[in-house]
Amino acid sequence: MSDSIVGLLRQKKNQILTLWMKNQLADGSLRDDLMSNAELRNQSEELLDTLTEVMTDETFTQLDDPALEPLFDLLAGISLSRARQGFTPRETGTYIFSLKAALLEILQHDRKNDLPLLLANTLQISKFIDNLGIRTFETFIQGREEVIIRQTDEMTDMMTPVVQIWDGILAMPLIGTLDSSRTLVVMENLLQEIVRTGSEIAILDISGVPTVDSMVAQHLIKTVNATRLMGAECIISGIRPEIAQTIVHLGIDLSYVITKATLASALKHAFTVMRLEVRKAGTTSFSN
Amino acid sequence: MERIPILKMGQFLLVTIQVDLYDRLALDLEADLIKQISEYESRAVMIDISAVTIVDSFMGRILNNIASMARILDAETVVVGMQPSVAITLVELGLPLAGIHTALNVERGIALLQSKVGTDRRTLQSNND
Repeated sequence: MSDSIVGLLRQKKNQILTLWMKNQLADGSLRDDLMSNAELRNQSEELLDTLTEVMTDETFTQLDDPALEPLFDLLAGISLSRARQGFTPRETGTYIFSLKAALLEILQHDRKNDLPLLLANTLQISKFIDNLGIRTFETFIQGREEVIIRQTDEMTDMMTPVVQIWDGILAMPLIGTLDSSRTLVVMENLLQEIVRTGSEIAILDISGVPTVDSMVAQHLIKTVNATRLMGAECIISGIRPEIAQTIVHLGIDLSYVITKATLASALKHAFTVMRLEVRKAGTTSFSN
Repeated sequence: MERIPILKMGQFLLVTIQVDLYDRLALDLEADLIKQISEYESRAVMIDISAVTIVDSFMGRILNNIASMARILDAETVVVGMQPSVAITLVELGLPLAGIHTALNVERGIALLQSKVGTDRRTLQSNND
């Protein structure tokens, strides 16, 4: 009998693997459709090999030891590939925690005559495997977050459309929360389109913006000023009553910015400025 | 020495800035322009900056100065053809050029000035002849 847990683990590696496989196969959550038994066995054996390789009695208690990096890397790889293959977080978690059951079983068998040592070792193994489990989840969440960030960027580009609603009139309906990076995209897109189309009037419709804080208001004012510098006029439309309240409470001066309640009234204003008239087609024929 | 040409079109003065302004050039332009406004009794100045890609706070101040000085001499100033990047920079610098009229291009700028100073196209042309 060896006093060192690591020694014991190395010695009984094959036994542990067999037990671990048995535990995994017994678990109802095993997905035959996603991974074959042979593949699972290979993956488990690789993890166990790396585990016994990098572990010493010191690293076993020092969970942030750099010597453990290869193990964490391997675990991260397994976690990511499982996330991509369509395993749920629970299944990936079970994979790691079923190893704990196998280790504890071996330990219990070996140390049944020394209960205090058994208890101490059990706690150690428990802590170590829990740590591995937490890392697995961290990687899993990280992978998901990367996807979310990419989608956010794509949405930012998609959510700033500039449409020409009339000859010389541009409209930009804004949807969603405005932050500084997005407002910059909004400003650039709008100004580029003004140059490209030679439009005199740009309507910034914010009826799809849920909240306006002082920073967003400042960005809007900047956009209006930049538009004016280019020689066009910018109208802000679709300000909700609660946003009007916020703006006044924040003490933001929008008095020199043309604001309209709806996109329709902004368009009407634009027609007036451009001296355009829209009439019902029938009106003239009746009067004639 | 390099100088920015100032064209006289009837009661208007037309300046087209084709190079990026450095400080000395901008100061010379300011002095020349004011001198000519007074000399020709011009009613309006149009500055085309469509070729300008870089702008700094100094240039912004020069534009403001020109506008203020011209107004004292009873002339309107319009800046035309500002690039989006220049407009964003000026706004970020906190220089909204409050006293200056702006227009998208030269054509619109002339129309704006004509409406401001009450000159119709005929007068402009007869002065040109």
